[in-house]
Amino acid sequence: MAKRFDIQRMPGFKTIAAVTFVLLYMPIFLLVIYSFNAGTSIAIWEGFSWRWYVSAWDNQQVQDATVRSLIIAFWASAISTTLAVLAALATTRTPKFKGQSAVFAMINQPLMVPEIVTAVALLIFFAMIKVATGYTGLLYLIIAHTAFCIPFAYLPIRARLTGMDLALEQAAADLYAPPFRVFTRITLPQLWPGILAGAMLAFVISLDDVVITEFVKSAGQDTLPTYMLGQLRRVVTPEVNAISTVLLGISVTMVVAFTALSKLKT
Amino acid sequence: MTAAISVRNLRKVYPGTPDVVALADASIDIQDNEFFTLLGPSGCGKTTLLRMIAGFEHPTSGTLTMHGEDLSDLPPYKRPVNTVFQSYALFPHMTVAQNIGFGLEMLGKPKAEIKQTVDEMMELVKMTEMADRQTGQISGGQQQRVALARALAPRPRVLLLDEPLSALDFKLRKDMQLELKRLQMETGITFIFVTHDQEEALTMSDRIAVMSAGTIRQIGGPRDIYDHPAERFVADFIGDTNFVPAEVATHKGTDADVTLSSGKVVTARMPEGEQMQGKVTLAVRPEHANISTEAEGLLPGTLSEVVYFGTDTHYHVALDDGTGFVVRRQNRPDETSGFSTGDRIGVQFAPGVGQVLRD
Ligand SMILES: Nc1ncnc2c1ncn2[C@@H]1O[C@H](COP(=O)(O)OP(=O)(O)OP(=O)(O)O)[C@@H](O)[C@H]1O
Ligand SMILES: [Mg+2]
Repeated sequence: MAKRFDIQRMPGFKTIAAVTFVLLYMPIFLLVIYSFNAGTSIAIWEGFSWRWYVSAWDNQQVQDATVRSLIIAFWASAISTTLAVLAALATTRTPKFKGQSAVFAMINQPLMVPEIVTAVALLIFFAMIKVATGYTGLLYLIIAHTAFCIPFAYLPIRARLTGMDLALEQAAADLYAPPFRVFTRITLPQLWPGILAGAMLAFVISLDDVVITEFVKSAGQDTLPTYMLGQLRRVVTPEVNAISTVLLGISVTMVVAFTALSKLKT
Repeated sequence: MTAAISVRNLRKVYPGTPDVVALADASIDIQDNEFFTLLGPSGCGKTTLLRMIAGFEHPTSGTLTMHGEDLSDLPPYKRPVNTVFQSYALFPHMTVAQNIGFGLEMLGKPKAEIKQTVDEMMELVKMTEMADRQTGQISGGQQQRVALARALAPRPRVLLLDEPLSALDFKLRKDMQLELKRLQMETGITFIFVTHDQEEALTMSDRIAVMSAGTIRQIGGPRDIYDHPAERFVADFIGDTNFVPAEVATHKGTDADVTLSSGKVVTARMPEGEQMQGKVTLAVRPEHANISTEAEGLLPGTLSEVVYFGTDTHYHVALDDGTGFVVRRQNRPDETSGFSTGDRIGVQFAPGVGQVLRD
């Protein structure tokens, strides 16, 4: 009997795998290591210390940027998740309508349009509003983040909705539950893992954004990533490593939780 | 008296390429307190008809009334009709008791009344010990009983059951058939029951509608349907049947004298209101026929095979006109037919047993 095709037996498989993993994880590994460097260099190891974590913690600008990032991520994920729930219901629980796939494409537009294009478009659009209204607060950033977070929140929620047994909702309607109560009593209790997963994904995506934030923010509205970018242009210290390591920790936690939630059975 | 459910020229077409005609044209009157069964092969439109009565699908044309009231514009949650779904569709995030109480809760009944009715219902389907279980933690048969209790709890005027027993094993199915019949008689609720199991339909129903390809072929009591199938599809679908070519000689009301291929004449039954002439087909059930000597029989032939089944024996006869015929006789230890394979014999059946079929 001929041996089954097995990619692990191909020549060079192990080498390619090893190189890929090194390229993927080595830089991150080094970044984490050097965040504990006692010296000021990001390349020469001088012993272990919490120095840069303390320094970042005490840095007023880092504090402000962190708070700003969290506020934006909170509102952007909350609003985008709410909109995503409505969009997911409209695209899965209504009779097929003309242009349904067009609507689907439009909801996912941020995944397809180059981010830089969206950034420039928003910059110009918001500039016009700023001139007209004089308002320069955080709302612009929240709106911009909400927009690009929607598809990330939408996809897991929609996946959950399409996976649900429609007969349950019909059974509830059959037992005298009007549409809104069907939603609150039957759909929502089964949908919440999808909603949480979507919200967490949106939160991480918002927390991480550089390009659109950089273009949309007004003066003095640095978020953590744009602050770090600004720092890198001047003196590079392991403080940036320390902040990155914390961000990495948050993201990994959220993604692990997201994966766990997506697998959760009802 | 107006019918509990009256279906008039109901039609349902699912748009597509090509369109699917799920129900071509159905008219039925279902009476109060009736155990009415929709019987037919897979894909004949049983579920479609049931879903239109429940309100999950809109008819393409035709009308649907309940006690004379038009149902067309009533959404499912306003129809006094409950459904036992084929998949049960129990709410996975609620307990057995919460599932059963859901309908009453939605109707806004007071807590005490809900509790009392739920307790009664659990008693009725013998699920009292399981009240606080999640629905994922009970067996298929138990789920089926919960689904039934949940649909019965709000005391609907009409209960729709879509093949509720198909997932159960043989013994449980037999038990549930009796239980369902008892429930129906105790509660006096009109049952509309869907099945593709002819035996189930015959044992449980007051009346049966036999369906095929989106149309209703015959409506009648179990005996009517079995003994007097009006057409070939019904005779073929329900039970085993011999098809015998014949020619109508004279005909008066439902009695028709027909000439068989052997030239002998026998009285057969004509479907109500039919005036068929010339060549027809007779249906004769295997257990309604007998074998005798060639001279005595209506149809001569050769006994080709004898198959013993314990309770009865099947005699396969190769008739001289080229067709086959099966006779079924109940076995008794003190009696044998006296014929064996290869013997010349005659097939015999009494006047009024043969049924003239509409083609
Ligand atoms: N939503 C739908 N869209 C398109 N066609 C459908 C739809 N639902 C049912 N049909 C078609 O309509 C016909 C009747 O379906 P229906 O479900 O009523 O059959 P049934 O008699 O209940 O069969 P079964 O015994 O297999 O449950 C079938 O040919 C089916 O493929
Ligand atoms: Mg069906």
